[in-house]
Amino acid sequence: MATTIQKPKLVESRENVVILFAGDSGDGIQLTGSQFTDTNALFGNDVSTFPNFPAEIRAPQGTLAGVSGYQLHFGSVEIFTPGDQADVLVVMNAAALKANLGKLKTGGTIIANTDGFDKKNLRLSGQPEDVDPLTDGSLAQYQLHSVDVTKLTRNALEGTTLGMKEKDRCKNMFVLGFINWMYSRENALTEGFLQRKFSKKPDILEANMKALVAGYNYGETSETFTTRFEVKAAPMPKGTYRSITGNQGTALGLIAGAQKAKLDLFYGSYPITPASDILHELSRHKNFGVITFQAEDEIAAIGSAIGASYGGAIGITASSGPGIALKTEAMGLAFMLEIPLVIVNVQRGGPSTGLPTRTEQADLWQAVFGRNGEAPIPVIAASTPIDCFEMAFEAVQIAVEHMTPVILLTDGYIANGSEPWRFPASKNLAEINPPYIKGPNDGDKFLPYLRDERGVRPWALPGQPGLQHRIGGIEKQDRTGNISYDPLNHEKMVRLRAEKVAKIADRYKPIRLDSGPTEGELLVVGWGSTYGAIRTAALQLQQEGHSVAHVHVRHLFPFNKGLGPMLKKYKKVLIPEMNSGQLRQMLRAEFLVDAQGLNKIQGMPFTSEEIRTGVLNLLSPTPKVSATSE
Amino acid sequence: MSTTNGTTVPAEKIDFSSDQEVRWCPGCGDYSILKQVQTLLEQSGKKKEEVVFISGIGCSSRFPYYMDTYGLHSIHGRAPALVSGLRSVRPELSVWMITGDGDALSIGGNHIIHLLRRNLDVNVLLFNNEIYGLTKGQYSPTSPEGAVTRSTPMGSIDHPFNPLALVKGADGTFIARSMDRDPKHMREILARADAHRGTSLIEIYQNCNVFNDGAFEVFTEKANKPLNALFVEHGKPLTFANGTRGIKLNGMTPVVVDTYAGGTSLEDLWIHDERDSFKASILVRLFDDPRLEGAMPRPFGVFYVNDRATHEAKLGAQVALAKERKGPGDLDALLKGEHTWTIG
Repeated sequence: MATTIQKPKLVESRENVVILFAGDSGDGIQLTGSQFTDTNALFGNDVSTFPNFPAEIRAPQGTLAGVSGYQLHFGSVEIFTPGDQADVLVVMNAAALKANLGKLKTGGTIIANTDGFDKKNLRLSGQPEDVDPLTDGSLAQYQLHSVDVTKLTRNALEGTTLGMKEKDRCKNMFVLGFINWMYSRENALTEGFLQRKFSKKPDILEANMKALVAGYNYGETSETFTTRFEVKAAPMPKGTYRSITGNQGTALGLIAGAQKAKLDLFYGSYPITPASDILHELSRHKNFGVITFQAEDEIAAIGSAIGASYGGAIGITASSGPGIALKTEAMGLAFMLEIPLVIVNVQRGGPSTGLPTRTEQADLWQAVFGRNGEAPIPVIAASTPIDCFEMAFEAVQIAVEHMTPVILLTDGYIANGSEPWRFPASKNLAEINPPYIKGPNDGDKFLPYLRDERGVRPWALPGQPGLQHRIGGIEKQDRTGNISYDPLNHEKMVRLRAEKVAKIADRYKPIRLDSGPTEGELLVVGWGSTYGAIRTAALQLQQEGHSVAHVHVRHLFPFNKGLGPMLKKYKKVLIPEMNSGQLRQMLRAEFLVDAQGLNKIQGMPFTSEEIRTGVLNLLSPTPKVSATSE
Repeated sequence: MSTTNGTTVPAEKIDFSSDQEVRWCPGCGDYSILKQVQTLLEQSGKKKEEVVFISGIGCSSRFPYYMDTYGLHSIHGRAPALVSGLRSVRPELSVWMITGDGDALSIGGNHIIHLLRRNLDVNVLLFNNEIYGLTKGQYSPTSPEGAVTRSTPMGSIDHPFNPLALVKGADGTFIARSMDRDPKHMREILARADAHRGTSLIEIYQNCNVFNDGAFEVFTEKANKPLNALFVEHGKPLTFANGTRGIKLNGMTPVVVDTYAGGTSLEDLWIHDERDSFKASILVRLFDDPRLEGAMPRPFGVFYVNDRATHEAKLGAQVALAKERKGPGDLDALLKGEHTWTIG
């Protein structure tokens, strides 16, 4: 083999990069993206990701419906979102380009697999088959690199025993190898991953390794790529990190909560996007006394969890909007029984089946108000993948210590997104104390609904001698729990149950701003997964000299007692939500503030620029700038 | 009861009735069932605190309030779900599920079949009165076609469920039928159900004297009982009408034959084998409308028993295996995960 003298390649430094991988849902895009994420995280970058996949598992190949994307934002600075716009767009076919070009910065880089732009792919992507965007000059405002990934991968795998289809499956490793080269990263992490994954399939392992190396070497030797980039490690707090997605965070938070309460964890669940990963994760941890029960439907999922809690475990169920709707009646039962239960809603676009793989925050009212009778249930929300851990832990804590069902809201955006997590030591997690009772609490009698000063009833478990009692969904007499239709007793019980839930606010830590002045022109109030975009925008606005603060609401019901007074300290209040203004209406009703909304209902998260524009519009109402991108 | 040196010593008498006033209509068949269950538990030697009754909604579902045990009166049709969760985490408890024809077969139809296929260890007492009682007299999924009720003034056009055929179809592991008017039989069946490890389902014909009085009198009243009710016993031929008639299997088809002198000999009759799944599938199909000419008698007793493993036994085995393989859960190791990196 002839040795070629390579011109040394330039290395340019970047503070942060947003890269978007896109291809057919069968192209291995999610794997490519997550491997590059892990490589960067291991190097020391701060990262944030946004996987975006189609609802259909295998939509027709080459079509827009089948495009799968994975956006990664990594940097040498703190990263709060997966990035508003991509610096680099890697596309495996014409449909992927068409679906994602709008997300690329002007002047951004396109790396396109030319094989995915043949006549058939062009036609499938819904454009004339003789108009190839790679050659017709329409992409002139971008830096376009056309690479025949398919051919190069096949060449690299010549001589292996694999069939053509299997060879082509290694294309994603070629791309990953090339991107590793482009950003001055090693292949080592992915090589280790492949060795574990394909330890029993040596020929597949060998092919993937070869494709990975070939991709890397292609960067090294190709004349067209003259520049590599370097993103230095971020000044992250010292410590040991791992990568975590929101659904993993939720699962681990639930297990940690159960462990700290010394309870077995029972998870009743029916598969639903985007919540199923919680079931998958929990089912792997039976050695923690975790029992997963894939129920026949959503109703049985929550019903079984209530039965488990009745038996003395912490019963948990999770779903998304449509499934939560089915659980509503049983939530009322759990509320009425006053039994610990955690209900997780990984929200997706609604109503009805809606947008299963897209994100939204439109189930807030469902969580707070969606039951017959007056059945207030605490509602808390997670803001980031890491926060899913924190809030899931808190959900168990509130449920167990206050004998109540608790609803935890996350959403598809943070459930599938990931970030580096400086995970806690278990000893630093709070102990959780169930309100057990050892014997009769009223002379020689046991009153199952005799409350303590927080309004909490005791938890007597089947098997405890002398504490036999009956509970149910029918209105019960105060203290005894016996059936009662007495009018005054009913009113008393409705009030007692509401007071008990209201008192949960007594345990919250004082509310504090996420950033900004303690009083001033404008307060941005966020909740849930809008956190990263709002934080990024607020920090930027503060830097630009605006009197803008940001508070993020974790407890949506009951509210933190400090929230009302805080709202009054700003002339204007803006509430960005991925719905038509649900928190806004609640805050207006509760605190009589003239809060304004910034609402995006596109199944896609806010960009920080959209938030920034919304704030600027409210600060100086003219000239009007469009608040949402479209 | 326990037996020492051949003499039977009665266990200490425990009263399983609660302090709550029973509020079923006077004359309701539920009273008889309550009494037999209390008697059985009193004789079983079980402790009150280790027994749990879970019910759905309906007249029968008030049952837990009348037992001095742990009890949960849940929501319509969902008792099997609650039972599944409870049994999964507390396999040592004695769990009883009280349900009715509307609760189990209409609103809770999906749950009951999955309970049966999973085979959780619970005794299900299905009070079948072929009517909605608590909502005051609408037809139920077991009401016969033509039933005139408040919601079917021209007669029901719905074909009814054959409950035990449904249970057999869902691979129930203990399938039995009894009646409120035969306390001794009911007690025997309850004891068998209690002894079975797995989902024991007993369909109990229960008279609703207010909205559907006499629905089962052809099976329960002295005058008709011998001709219409067939009491099956393991290893014994299927006979009725005081032994004068029997059931013979002609291939797969059961036929009624005479057994007196000159008739079919007992050995040629269908000998009941409660372990025979195929025969049980035929037995549950003896479901003729007794009003029709030449109707086959309706069987009572234990139709079928199967010892396949319970859900909770298999679950417990998986948890034990996971603990053996991975050791007891180490929370710090879990939080750390498989891949970490260190900064600083």
